[in-house]
Amino acid sequence: MSNLAQISRPVFELRDVTRVFRTGSVAVQALRGVSLTLAEGEMVVLLGASGSGKSTLVNILGGLDLPTEGQVQFRDRDLTRASDADLTRFRRDHVGFVFQFYNLVPSLTARENVALVTEIARKPISPEQALDIVGLGARMDHFPSELSGGEQQRVAIARAIAKQPEVLLCDEPTGALDSKTGIQVLEALCDVNRNLGTAVVLITHNADIQRIAHRVIVLADGRVIRDEVNPDPVAPAQVSW
Amino acid sequence: MRALDRKLLRDMRQIWAQALAIALVLACGVMVMVAAQGTQRTLLATQAAYYDRFRFADLFVTTTRAPRALLDEIAAIPGVAQVDGRISFHAVLDIDGMDAPVMGLILSVPARRDAGLNLPLVRHGRLPDPDRQDEVALNEPFAQAHGLVPGARFRAVLNGQLRELQVTGWLLSPEFIYTTAPGAIMPDDRAFGLIWMNEPSAAALKGMQGAVNDIALRLMHGADEQAIIARTDRLLDPYGGTGTQTRARQTSHAFLDSELQQLGALAVFLPPVFLVVAAFLVNMVLGRLIALERPQIGLMRALGYTRWEIGAQYLKLAGLIGMGGLAIGWGFGWWLGEGMLAIYGDFFRFPFLIRDPALGSMLISGGLALAATLIGAARATYAAIRLPPAEAMSPPAPPRFSRGRLDRGIAALGLRQTSMMILRSILRWPGRAAITLLGVSVSVGVLVSSYFLFDAIDLVRERVFEQGNRQHITLTLASTQPEQAVRDAYALPGVLHAEGAYAVPARLSHGHLSRQSALQGHFAGASLARVIDDVAGPVTLPDHGVILPELVARDLGLVPGDRVRVALLSPPRAVLDLPVSAIIHQSLGGEAHIAASALFQAMQVAPQVNQIHLLIDAAQMSALQARLKTLPAVAGLADWQEVRRQFDASIAESLLTMVVIYTGVGVLIAIGVVYNAARIQLSERSHELATLRVLGFTRGEVSYVLVGEMMLLALVAVPLGWVLGYQFAQGMVAAISTDVVQMPFVISRRTYAMAGLVVLVGSLGAVLIVRRRLDRVDLVSALKARD
Repeated sequence: MSNLAQISRPVFELRDVTRVFRTGSVAVQALRGVSLTLAEGEMVVLLGASGSGKSTLVNILGGLDLPTEGQVQFRDRDLTRASDADLTRFRRDHVGFVFQFYNLVPSLTARENVALVTEIARKPISPEQALDIVGLGARMDHFPSELSGGEQQRVAIARAIAKQPEVLLCDEPTGALDSKTGIQVLEALCDVNRNLGTAVVLITHNADIQRIAHRVIVLADGRVIRDEVNPDPVAPAQVSW
Repeated sequence: MRALDRKLLRDMRQIWAQALAIALVLACGVMVMVAAQGTQRTLLATQAAYYDRFRFADLFVTTTRAPRALLDEIAAIPGVAQVDGRISFHAVLDIDGMDAPVMGLILSVPARRDAGLNLPLVRHGRLPDPDRQDEVALNEPFAQAHGLVPGARFRAVLNGQLRELQVTGWLLSPEFIYTTAPGAIMPDDRAFGLIWMNEPSAAALKGMQGAVNDIALRLMHGADEQAIIARTDRLLDPYGGTGTQTRARQTSHAFLDSELQQLGALAVFLPPVFLVVAAFLVNMVLGRLIALERPQIGLMRALGYTRWEIGAQYLKLAGLIGMGGLAIGWGFGWWLGEGMLAIYGDFFRFPFLIRDPALGSMLISGGLALAATLIGAARATYAAIRLPPAEAMSPPAPPRFSRGRLDRGIAALGLRQTSMMILRSILRWPGRAAITLLGVSVSVGVLVSSYFLFDAIDLVRERVFEQGNRQHITLTLASTQPEQAVRDAYALPGVLHAEGAYAVPARLSHGHLSRQSALQGHFAGASLARVIDDVAGPVTLPDHGVILPELVARDLGLVPGDRVRVALLSPPRAVLDLPVSAIIHQSLGGEAHIAASALFQAMQVAPQVNQIHLLIDAAQMSALQARLKTLPAVAGLADWQEVRRQFDASIAESLLTMVVIYTGVGVLIAIGVVYNAARIQLSERSHELATLRVLGFTRGEVSYVLVGEMMLLALVAVPLGWVLGYQFAQGMVAAISTDVVQMPFVISRRTYAMAGLVVLVGSLGAVLIVRRRLDRVDLVSALKARD
């Protein structure tokens, strides 16, 4: 597992990516020349203080934002010059998102929230199957307001994986959860990574979560300051909160 | 400025577009109220002053010939304040520059000019010199239409004698504020004129020295009108009295009154609709603003502001919207009122206008508009101040959805999830959906009730011109003639076909109920002037009995099979007892119909005619017109093509103006409601919709959720609006119809379709403007933000 990055095909390749946000005369440099490669099936944890550029990096990977300079390659596609419609298509077909606050549609049941994605995806699995994978087969006809935080986040994961994406981008998926439900959510993510071979990029503030990853990337001040392989990933249950 | 007030202004800046939309809806209500009420009051005050200063009479009666001495007897009837008599008769005029003969009504001016009733007002020039037989004064609009300035001359056939007359001045009279030729349906200042002549000249021409044929009475306050009418009729009966009529049956007064009634109805019925819609909108928009500012409200409470200080801020915001709407409404109301007065000026001739300062309507509309916005704001404001500070500062609970029976039914439809979002949103917030439905359906209703006027006019046009009167020209004969006169008419130039008819003024009665009307005798096989039912089309006259218009039958309590007493009011003044054979819908004219054979049999006289309808070879029209100008046997004529042209022209102008205003006002409601509802939807769901974009939904797919919900509601509202429009139109017909004018109630599919389409397009436009904001939603923020 430790040399997975070397033997698998790359999903993302970033070269000298910078991102500058300008508001009036103030320019904030969120990324300062990030270069890295993410491989198929990798479980990557992104660590860093607030403002280190983690979210900006994930937004660029997910096609929600474009770099100011540098190049982003998804497989053989150049995302740097993609149009708005291309990026929409890219998000629809290749990327799954999991957010800190779940972002479920309150007027749709668990099953319908997943169906929202399967209805527009190219090669989806059924919503029921996706919910079974995250262990929510029994509660799929409940509305978000009838589910606990952990359950809602698992619905969000089911929604993200139902399109069978190549990569799952998770921004603080356990940030709003207690330790018990947080671990359940991490287990769901590890299962998806292991069983479906989906690459997972996970942003977290909790440094101990890095122990479940194949690879840990640490950002500070818009730069990668550490990028190392974890030779012995542990099960989520062993993560301390 | 206090910090709270500064916040108020910034809040206003944030919701300016929504506030403007509400203010415009409110402004429509205020505008209609100020314009309609202001115009009505101006016309009422003007009418009252005009009637009073120029002594407009209360009762009117014409006779064949009554001795002047009889006027003293009438004046002696208790309750009669003043009596005036004059000589009046119709004449055919020959005016330079007009091919067609022109109809004129000659009116005698008494020697003592300041003593009578219905005094004419000299606008220009002077009255005819009592010593000059050829001098006449004309009514101002007619003189203006022909450029007949004082000193100008024209010819007239007066009681069979061709005379040249000289114009001395231009007059206006309270009796002729609205002037139509007998039998005409619209005023036409070129085709019909009033001619005031010295009494001795008129008497000499008509052989009426010492006699009158046109009498007017002014009553004392509180006089018993019915008793006076009965006694006057008894006195005049031996002299060919045609029955005393009240102001309600005096053409000019009746038309003006009908218009004033319409304005009153407009001012009362329409504005509340706008005010109610505006109140709901204020509630909706303020409710959302307060939901967004919940944490700030909690904070301000925590800082020590009282509930009332905070509540007052939101009420002030509503008040600002109300005042904005008022200012716009007052401004446009004044402008619209001026426009309406200008249009009325084309139909109604007043020598002066006593303008209502509109203070009353401004105050009332101001009070109502502010009340509407404050009532609309009350609920939302109460919700804002009710929460304890700690609760207000924490985010509100997310909306709860649950699976009811209805929901399971919707789920079973197997719709796409974006469609499910639309339906569940409607079910979850039925009140808000209801406001949108109400607003859009009212909008459709307003349009249906204005566009249907076209249908009514189309129907009148078709019934009157295409089916009812297919003749080119109708001649009114100076006296009743044997049927041979119809055959003689073929000797006139260009006559292709001639048909006779017989019309006689009559008093219809049933038990104690009676009504002044006319009886029209139709000859068998007549194909030009026919009886038309508004609903059923051409009517075949039965061999016996009369056909009554619905209005007359209702007034007299008559149904088919009853018998009606018909007293003919011109020689031979027979009283007939006839069966009612049918009742028809007849929008113009209140005359009864009978087969000529049945009429003459009942009168026990040989068939005779007093009207001749003609079909003319167009190439010979000028020759015919030239001949008619000098034909003593012809007392009057109607050129139906000209009547139709006038009808179309005046309808086109006034109706189009009205429909443009109604369309603007109607669509504004739909736009105001849909725009606000969509803005609130977007505000509440921007997070959700941004999530969809992140999940890979295209702009179009995401827009569908917003646009789809609004347009679904608009679509459902359209049939509701049709029902409302039907009701509005029915109310309008009831409000407009009078003794003289009956508006047909007919709504075409085209009207329904147009009203629906216009409102749907307006709604779509409003929601698309809001939709553009979706493109500006920050996708990245959706990842971080919490509901």
